[in-house]
Amino acid sequence: METKRNKTILWGLVLIAAFSALSLGAEGIAEATGQTLLMTVLKKGTVYALLAVSMNLLNGFTGLFSLGQAGFMLIGAYAYAILTIPVAKRAGVYQYYDGGIVQFSIPEVFSGVFGDLVGGVIGMVLTLVICGLLAAFFGWLIGLPVLRLKSDYLAIATLGFAEIIRTFIQYESFAPLTNGSNTLRQYPTFKHLYPYVIIVGLCILGIVLLVNSTYGRAFKAIRDDEIAAEAMGINLAKHKMLSFIISSFFAGVGGGLLAMYMSSVQAKGFTVAMTYEILLMVVIGGIGSISGSIIASYLFIGCSEWWLRFLDDPSNNPGGLKLLAPGFRMVVFSVFIMIVVLFFRKGIMGEREFPDLFRQRLKRTKKEAVEK
Amino acid sequence: MLKIENLHVSYGGIQALRGVSLEVPDGKIVTLIGANGAGKSTTLRTITGLVKASSGSIQWSGEELLGRSIDRIISAGIAMSPEGRRVFPDLTVLENLKLGAYLRRDKAEITKDLQWVYQLFPRLKERDWQAAGTLSGGEQQMLAVGRALMSRPKLLLMDEPSLGLAPLVVQDIFSIIREINHQGVTILLIEQNANMALKIADLAYVLETGSITMRGTGAELLADQRVKEAYLGKHKN
Repeated sequence: METKRNKTILWGLVLIAAFSALSLGAEGIAEATGQTLLMTVLKKGTVYALLAVSMNLLNGFTGLFSLGQAGFMLIGAYAYAILTIPVAKRAGVYQYYDGGIVQFSIPEVFSGVFGDLVGGVIGMVLTLVICGLLAAFFGWLIGLPVLRLKSDYLAIATLGFAEIIRTFIQYESFAPLTNGSNTLRQYPTFKHLYPYVIIVGLCILGIVLLVNSTYGRAFKAIRDDEIAAEAMGINLAKHKMLSFIISSFFAGVGGGLLAMYMSSVQAKGFTVAMTYEILLMVVIGGIGSISGSIIASYLFIGCSEWWLRFLDDPSNNPGGLKLLAPGFRMVVFSVFIMIVVLFFRKGIMGEREFPDLFRQRLKRTKKEAVEK
Repeated sequence: MLKIENLHVSYGGIQALRGVSLEVPDGKIVTLIGANGAGKSTTLRTITGLVKASSGSIQWSGEELLGRSIDRIISAGIAMSPEGRRVFPDLTVLENLKLGAYLRRDKAEITKDLQWVYQLFPRLKERDWQAAGTLSGGEQQMLAVGRALMSRPKLLLMDEPSLGLAPLVVQDIFSIIREINHQGVTILLIEQNANMALKIADLAYVLETGSITMRGTGAELLADQRVKEAYLGKHKN
């Protein structure tokens, strides 16, 4: 067991390093060719990969059908923005609320100690952790009443809480803290792609290790058969809560990263539709497959942001047809999704992980060798 | 020794157990037979804590089990192989077995017990990477028993291990039950297949609509006229 875990960690770190290097290369190509959409897709896809995996932990591995992800992302995104806007710029951002009530910025505190670059990065990463912890705390709070529910009821309740969070953040009385329904902006962000890749990679590695641990096995047991799991001595309430809190934590971190990617946040955008997008990625990738979620999030973002763009451009219309118009891309996209759902019932990966694909092929060749 | 006294359980307004008292001495195979709805499964589920009793007592080696949480009951050395097998279909055989040892922290001993279970059920070892849902009914039953054994119980509760299995497979399962018992595990067995169950039982109870109506050794009940008529399908000549 120990060796297997070490192997996973090693492989994970190697992959993260490789993808970071690749992302530097991609950045070079994007700059050279002026292909800005490539960077958009890669950055957004990376952030969404973490969000999809965090949702998969809950929906795919623990069998808790929760639709509260947007709410936890919102908490993460706002926490990040509020805690990192430079003090000097607060008056401008909180222009209607006398600069707001938070009068410090975590990266600036660290810049004072470690210098601008190192301190800033430490501060930003630390703030992301705080985002996660805050979201996890709210996850715990919401989990207390909600986790007694099952299936559709749980989905409805979590959906409701996500909406409540969004409304609360826009509430006028909290405005000195949250800037009400105005945008938060001018906080520090990562310019390059590789910090996103490293942070998301480490988070996903953590989730992979969790899923393969005894706790992960207990989660899967709860998903497969609650009564049998209980009869094994697994404390249902405790494990469901644990899974919910951990998923909220990573949704919070993902929300912080999303805030960075968008470079300005407004609660209005974090609607149910956002949760559905992530749910779609999970379903398309395969419920219960982490690599599936990652692949699906890049494909999804690629399709919705880049590859289907030409469908929105009326000047591409073939011979007098008035088919292509802004918004048409979403029609084609929906058809794609239907095809995936019809022909890949269990998603692209099913329940398999990426290494399983090689393992199966290995087995097959071995079998053939034996038969000969 | 497990000692149940005057146990009452009800689901809503329906009384499932009306004062059941029975004893399971250490090292024996004890069987509980009865028709559908007699309260056999309820008795087992109450012992493991899946169902709450309204009154009575369940003593395990002198300690009261009622009111304890399930994980503490299982840590005390009681395991259940539930009715209808209930293996985790999407997990591999190995993962299923490891879940049986979920509450244990002694890794070296767990590995030893895994070997023990593989010895009892060589079939499981052959298929340890296969998803449990793809096993045949008999293999799933073996897995359910193996999984229960992984918590290294002193008392194993078995709820209808022969359910839906071919007669030959049922014989296999019963000979393994005997083997497990020889290795020192006390067994409380619930069965519809009264004939098989009474043959291997040291002690047997007949449960009817929530109360014990007869008790005796397996052989005694097997010879009893009333049992014959009601559960073994033999008519008076």
